[in-house]
Amino acid sequence: MSNVYTEAKKGIDPGTIDSVNSLKEDYKYGFSTEIDMDYAPKGISEEIVKLISKKNLEPEWMLTWRLEAYQRWTKMFEPDWPMLKYEKIDYQDQYYYAKPKSLKERPKSLADVEPALLETYAKLGIPLKEQEFLAGVVGAEYASANAKPKVAVDAVFDSVSVGTTFKDELAKLGIIFCSISEAIHSHPELVRKYIGTVVPRSDNYFATLNSAVFSDGSFVYIPEGVKCPMELSTYFRINAENTGQFERTLIIADKDSQVSYLEGCTAPMRDTNQLHAAVVELVALDNADIKYSTVQNWYPGDKNGNGGIYNFVTKRADCRGVRSKVMWTQIETGSAVTWKYPSCILRGDYSQGEFYSVAIANNYQQADTGTKMTHLGRGTRSRIVSKGISAGKAQNTYRGLVNIHPKAVDSRNFTQCDSLLIGNKCGAHTVPYIENKNSSSRTEHEATTSKIDDDQLFYCLQRGIGEEDAVALIVNGFCKEVLQALPMEFALEAQKLVAISLEGSVG
Amino acid sequence: MLVIKDLKVKISEVDKDIIQGFNLKINSGEVHAIMGPNGSGKSTLSHAICGKEGYEITGGNINLEGRSILDLEPQDRATKGIFLAFQYPLEIPGVGNLSFMRTALNSQKKARQEKELNPAEFLKLVKEKASHLSVDMEMLKRPLNVGFSGGEKKRNEILQMALLEPKLCILDETDSGLDVDAMRQVSQGVNALRSPNRSFLIITHYQRLLNHIKPDYVHIMVSGRIIKTGGPDLALQVEEKGYGHLIANQKN
Ligand SMILES: Nc1ncnc2c1ncn2[C@@H]1O[C@H](COP(=O)(O)OP(=O)(O)O)[C@@H](O)[C@H]1O
Ligand SMILES: [Mg+2]
Repeated sequence: MSNVYTEAKKGIDPGTIDSVNSLKEDYKYGFSTEIDMDYAPKGISEEIVKLISKKNLEPEWMLTWRLEAYQRWTKMFEPDWPMLKYEKIDYQDQYYYAKPKSLKERPKSLADVEPALLETYAKLGIPLKEQEFLAGVVGAEYASANAKPKVAVDAVFDSVSVGTTFKDELAKLGIIFCSISEAIHSHPELVRKYIGTVVPRSDNYFATLNSAVFSDGSFVYIPEGVKCPMELSTYFRINAENTGQFERTLIIADKDSQVSYLEGCTAPMRDTNQLHAAVVELVALDNADIKYSTVQNWYPGDKNGNGGIYNFVTKRADCRGVRSKVMWTQIETGSAVTWKYPSCILRGDYSQGEFYSVAIANNYQQADTGTKMTHLGRGTRSRIVSKGISAGKAQNTYRGLVNIHPKAVDSRNFTQCDSLLIGNKCGAHTVPYIENKNSSSRTEHEATTSKIDDDQLFYCLQRGIGEEDAVALIVNGFCKEVLQALPMEFALEAQKLVAISLEGSVG
Repeated sequence: MLVIKDLKVKISEVDKDIIQGFNLKINSGEVHAIMGPNGSGKSTLSHAICGKEGYEITGGNINLEGRSILDLEPQDRATKGIFLAFQYPLEIPGVGNLSFMRTALNSQKKARQEKELNPAEFLKLVKEKASHLSVDMEMLKRPLNVGFSGGEKKRNEILQMALLEPKLCILDETDSGLDVDAMRQVSQGVNALRSPNRSFLIITHYQRLLNHIKPDYVHIMVSGRIIKTGGPDLALQVEEKGYGHLIANQKN
C-alpha cells in the first residue's frame, strides 16, 4: 500500500486519476470535465468526502472517521460569537480538493512567479534559492539544506505536501516527520491512537469541517528521550484560487522528548476570499517539551477590504504528562479574518502552558484571537503574553479564558494583554475570562492600551528615521517580549513582517 | 548657515502665534545662546526649526545653507544636518538604545547615499564616542531612555549628537536637571564637537551652562521674539538682574 502511495505522490497523479475514475459512477455532478481542472467539483457532500479519502488512498477506518465528522457537521451551525463581520461563507461554493500543480504547470523559474509574491519574499529577505523553493519552481531544492541553523521543511503546496528534507537524519533518531497523509499509511497505529484526541471531531464547526475534508498537513512523532536536533518547519502556501484549505497537523512528543516546530505562511494576491480551517493537535507526554511557533502572513485583502483569507483555526495542546510543557508563539499579520485560539489543556501534574502572541490588524483586517488555558493537574502553570496592534480601520480582539479546576491545586496563571493603536479609526478589545475554582491557586492579570505617541514619532523622525521605519521600530519594541520567544531564524523574518504589514498605516 | 526671517509660528491647539516675528542669523562655526523666561517660546522655536507636525508656520522663512527648509519633512531636515537635543527625551520601550542609534545613523547615511555601517563597525564607533561621555555598555543596551535618570538622558542626547555629526546642533535646556559633574561632562562633549563648520543654538534658562560652553552671541527671547542681543556679558547681566529688568528696559 505504502509503495503504491509513494509512487502516486511522485508522479502526482496516476493514483488520483484512478480513484477519480473509480468514483465516477457515484458522482452526480459530471466528473469527466472536472478531472482536467485538477479540482474536485465545488461543494461539499458525502461523495466529496469519499473522493478526498479515495484520492489519498486512505484505509477504511480513516474514511469512516471522516464520514462521521461530516454527518455531525451537517447538523452544526457556524459560531456567531466572535467579534468578526464577514460575508456569509457559501460552503457549497468552495473547492474541497485541489491537486498540486503538476510539474508541467509549475513555474519554470522565478520569472514565471507572480511579481507580488516575489516582492513580499524580497522584502522578507528570503534568499533566491529559497524563494524558488517556496514558489514551487521546478527543480528547486530547499536552499539551506547545508546551512546552519538547520531547518527541515515540509512544504505544503496547495493541498498535498511535496518535498521533505532531512528525512534521513531524522529517521536515524526514530523521529517521524512527514505529511499526515503519508503517516496514515506508514504509521497508522500512531495516527489512530492520537488523531482527534486533542481536538475531538465534535469540537467546533470549523474543526468538524476539517475532520471531514482535511487534505493534508504535517505529522511529527518524537520518540521517548529524543531531543529533535533541528527546527522542524512547514511553509504553507495557498496557491489555487477558491480552494478551501484544510490542513491537519498532529505532533506527538513522547516521554522526555523535545521538539521545536515552525509554521510559516506566505500567500499570493487573491481577489476572492479564501476559506481556511486548519486543525493542529499537540500531545506532550511526561516531561516532554513542545515549542510551536507560527508566523502567519496570508494575504490580508487590499486597502479597501477586498479579498484576503478567512482563517478559522483550531490549535490545541494536550499536556498529558507530568511536567510536560507547551509553548505557543504566534505572529499574526495576515488574513482578512482571523479566528484562532491556540490553547493548552494542562492535564499532567506540574505541566506548563505558555502563549506568546502578536496580532497585527491593518486596513480592514479583523482578528479575534487569544488562548484558553485549562488547568486540570496540580501545580500547573500558565503564562499569556498578548500584544495586539491595530491600524487603519482594523479591529483586533483578544479573547482569553483561564480555567482553573477544583483539583488543580497550587496552580498559577499570569496574563498580560497590551494593545497598541495606530491612528483613531481602529479598535482594540480585550475579553479576558478567568475562572479560578480553588483557593490555593492564583491568577494575575495586567492589561494596557496605548497609542503611538506623536512625540515618540517626532523624536525618531528628528533623528533621520523615516515615518514607516519609525512606526516599525516602535511597534517592534512593543512586541519585543513575544519576538524574543521565537526561534532565532524566525525572529528576524518576523520583525520585517511587522514592518511590512504596517506599511501605509501612517501619514 | 541658518537664517530665520520674520518667523511666525502657531501651535494647532493655540489661537495666537507663539513665535511672533523672529529673526536670527547663525554663521558656520558660531555658537549662539538663547535665554528667556519659561513660556517665551524657546522650545516652540526649536520644534519649528525641526519641522514638528502641528507647528504651523504662519509667516517668514527658515533657510539652511541658502535654501528654505519649510517644505522638508522632519527626517529630511535631520538628514540635512539639523539635530535637536530634546528638553525631554522620549522613552521608547523595547527599542534598544544601540539599535535605535544605528537605525538613525544608517537612515541618514542611506538618504545621503553613503555606505551604511554594519553592526560591528557601528559598535566600534559608538564605543569610542561613548567613552568620552561616560556612557557605558549597560546603558547602550537598555531600552531607549526607559528608566534613565535625567543626567543619563541628557548625556545620551549628546552621544547621539556626536554620532550623527550634524551641522546645526540645537540644545534645548540640556542643562536642566544636571548636577555639576554631569554639566561638566555634557559641556565637554559639546565643546569637543565645536568646529568651523558646525554651528550651535543653545537654549537655556540659566547662565551656568554658558560658563562651560562659551557662546559668541547671547539673545534674550521674550514672548516669541528676540528683545536683545549681545555677547557673553549679556548672560551675566541676566543672571544678576533677571529678565524683568531687560523687559522693562525694552518697554521704555
Ligand atoms: N502643545 C501646546 N499646546 C498648547 N500650548 C502650548 C503647547 N506648547 C507650548 N505651548 C505654549 O506656548 C508657549 C511657549 O512654550 P514653549 O515654547 O514651551 O516655551 P519655553 O520653551 O520657552 O519655556 C507657552 O505659553 C506654552 O504654554
Ligand atoms: Mg522649553
